[in-house]
Amino acid sequence: MKKPMNTFTMAATLAGLALSMSLSGAAAAAAADAKEQFFPVLSYRTGAYAPNGIPFANGYVDYLKYVNTKGGINGVKVTYEECETGYATDKGVECYERLKGKNATVFQSLSTGITFALTEKVPNDKIPLITAGYGRSESADGMVFKWNFPLTGTYWDAADVLIQHLGKKEGGLDKLAGKKVALVYHDSPFGKEPIPLLQERSKLNGFELILLPVAPPGVEQKSTWLQVRQSRPDYVLLWGWGVMNSTAIKEAVATGYPREKMYGVWWAGAEPDVKDVGDAAKGYNALALQHGAEPDAKIVKDILRDVHGKGQGTGAPEEVGQVLYMRGLSAAMLAVEGVKRAQERFGKGKVMTGEQARWGYENLALDQKKLDALGFAGVMRPISTSCADHRGAGWARVHTWSGKKWEFTSDWYEASEMIIKPMVKAAADKYAAEKKIERRSPQDCQS
Amino acid sequence: MFYRENGQFKTSYAADQQIFPVMQDRLAVLGLLVLAFVAVPALAPEYLFRAILIPFLILSLAALGLNVLVGYCGQISLGTGGLMAVGAYGAYNILVRIDGVPLIVALLMGGVFAALVGVLFGIPSLRIRGLYLAVATLAAQFFCDWSFLRIKWLTNYSSSGSVSVAGLNVFGWSVDTPAEKYLLCLLLVCLFALITKNLIRGHIGREWMAIRDMDVAAAVIGIRPVYAKLSAFAVSSFIIGVAGALWGFVFLGSWEPAAFNIDRSFQLLFMIIIGGLGSVMGSFFGAAFIVVLPILLDQGAVALGFDTAIASHLTLMIFGSLIVFFLIAEPHGLARLWAVGKEKLRLWPFPH
Repeated sequence: MKKPMNTFTMAATLAGLALSMSLSGAAAAAAADAKEQFFPVLSYRTGAYAPNGIPFANGYVDYLKYVNTKGGINGVKVTYEECETGYATDKGVECYERLKGKNATVFQSLSTGITFALTEKVPNDKIPLITAGYGRSESADGMVFKWNFPLTGTYWDAADVLIQHLGKKEGGLDKLAGKKVALVYHDSPFGKEPIPLLQERSKLNGFELILLPVAPPGVEQKSTWLQVRQSRPDYVLLWGWGVMNSTAIKEAVATGYPREKMYGVWWAGAEPDVKDVGDAAKGYNALALQHGAEPDAKIVKDILRDVHGKGQGTGAPEEVGQVLYMRGLSAAMLAVEGVKRAQERFGKGKVMTGEQARWGYENLALDQKKLDALGFAGVMRPISTSCADHRGAGWARVHTWSGKKWEFTSDWYEASEMIIKPMVKAAADKYAAEKKIERRSPQDCQS
Repeated sequence: MFYRENGQFKTSYAADQQIFPVMQDRLAVLGLLVLAFVAVPALAPEYLFRAILIPFLILSLAALGLNVLVGYCGQISLGTGGLMAVGAYGAYNILVRIDGVPLIVALLMGGVFAALVGVLFGIPSLRIRGLYLAVATLAAQFFCDWSFLRIKWLTNYSSSGSVSVAGLNVFGWSVDTPAEKYLLCLLLVCLFALITKNLIRGHIGREWMAIRDMDVAAAVIGIRPVYAKLSAFAVSSFIIGVAGALWGFVFLGSWEPAAFNIDRSFQLLFMIIIGGLGSVMGSFFGAAFIVVLPILLDQGAVALGFDTAIASHLTLMIFGSLIVFFLIAEPHGLARLWAVGKEKLRLWPFPH
């Protein structure tokens, strides 16, 4: 006698709930897009990678808000919508499918796994994919990867710069012969990306490469660091993200591996990675993808004044200027500048489609004057992309944690084209053969 | 009033033994099939295909496979994700290494490889059961995870460990658009659901259910546990392997071993528990619940104004509490609720 009432009312309430939610979702989505450039923001504010995903997303969104305070992109207002991916490929794909229908300008997934999945989809949907400092290294070859833009550098560039730095520390690349370099990496496409280049370099410069994978998300590293203690490498390269980074440094402290000999990739060198460890992480080095922590940059001051000052800031004001915040800021800046460049060709003050924005990203020409005018003096170096080169720049530095903040401890390095360019071409050709796509013709570059 | 079988007399054994003996059921299923095959491809927006229908269909196929093993044969298995991975990578290797192989053959071969691996990891079930078997199948999951990360031959020496497949082509019909991918998945799901239902209704299914209910008694009356349990593992793993191949080929396009990790195994187990163990319909209900509800909750929470992190946490909380609620209100799952509903409908409007 109790059951029929329960099941019926339960079913009715559930149906009503589902219906109301889908209706409200539809209503929200039907907002007018009159003169608005829509930027989807794929972010992760939950999960094992959230400590690093949150400042990046805050920087990205803050820059979009800042652009609106300056009147938008030549008068076109910037709109955005965040979607939580949790660093998971299937959630990232679902977010992509949901947001692409709103005239999305460009996608930045901040996850190599999601990038691999989206690389398959963007050519059909004609939306560019920026993977600034991550993604597939071979996507730098724009003649095969028309819609991918690994702006400012790929993981092969990162690995190359690290080896150059280690060579400099030893007093010459030839002195690396016979040394042991261990790569502690996140066992995923992200972590495996540098391996081909490191193996190439190991053959060239004669050092021994030890590969130590860490099962994602990387909270369990005791056995890895015991192996490090056993093999006693001269240097350890850390290719981690999220919780893996701080765990690695803690394990290094526990096994007594000197942090001065650890070098992280540019995604393993930010405040969330070392804050928990504090003083014990002193001396830990990492790559800085052009910028490090830039609390004195003009853009930081502008954002604190125009966005946070007006109560519009995403996240805490203390975060503004931190490494990953600046990374998100630069990624958003590149996204907006590409649209601006596209407007120069397709109509100033008009809303750009994904295809038009793609042309903009392919013809970026940001010299130091333009960057300084945007407030990025000292934060970014000039970047200029072309049809064949979707990377645009390959500069990086090394910064070290002093116990309180990140300080630059090296000069500028540029990744060695001599080694990387043929590898990129070979990998891109392999991808093209697998996917049965032709290289683009020079005429296609004009479109 | 509407759902009565008055006047529906069967005059042949075939009519008596059909899957839907009640005419109203047959009409409803026919209507659903017409809706699914004709109306949905014509009317549904692309987002519905890509984000909801295709994952729902593929995961319901995998849930169907798992239900055969857990629901009908009573052998708990936590290795589903690993078996999906075997199916996906098996199909990928066939496609890449042998020229000119039709897509369907590659998908089915993926199922065959998964069946072989499933039988191998099902051998412990002859000696252990319950929690211990769960742990043994968990070992299968981790072993598959490990092998696809470490054995480079299986990923065709891809440097990143990620593999992808190019255009799908079924006997000349090129499967590009979301609607076509949906139709391919729908065809395979309908086919496998029919085959599974008939297997279950036959003597093999009865053997499985006897093993589930009391395996010692089943052995006493002459059902050989070796054949029954291993055939359950084989059939279940075959279906799961085909689902895994579809997941990689049709839904993701490009995947890494993490797409088939332990979370996927748990997700499928929750699907059949919520949907209803030992029921073909239950696999579909469970898949719908677990695939569609989080998306609706997420979009609903964001539409109500919560920021994405809070919406994600809210989704998890509401989803978890709904699982607990359903298991308390109806431990036999949504399929049982549906069956009870139909029973009530027979008496409606005279509920006595």
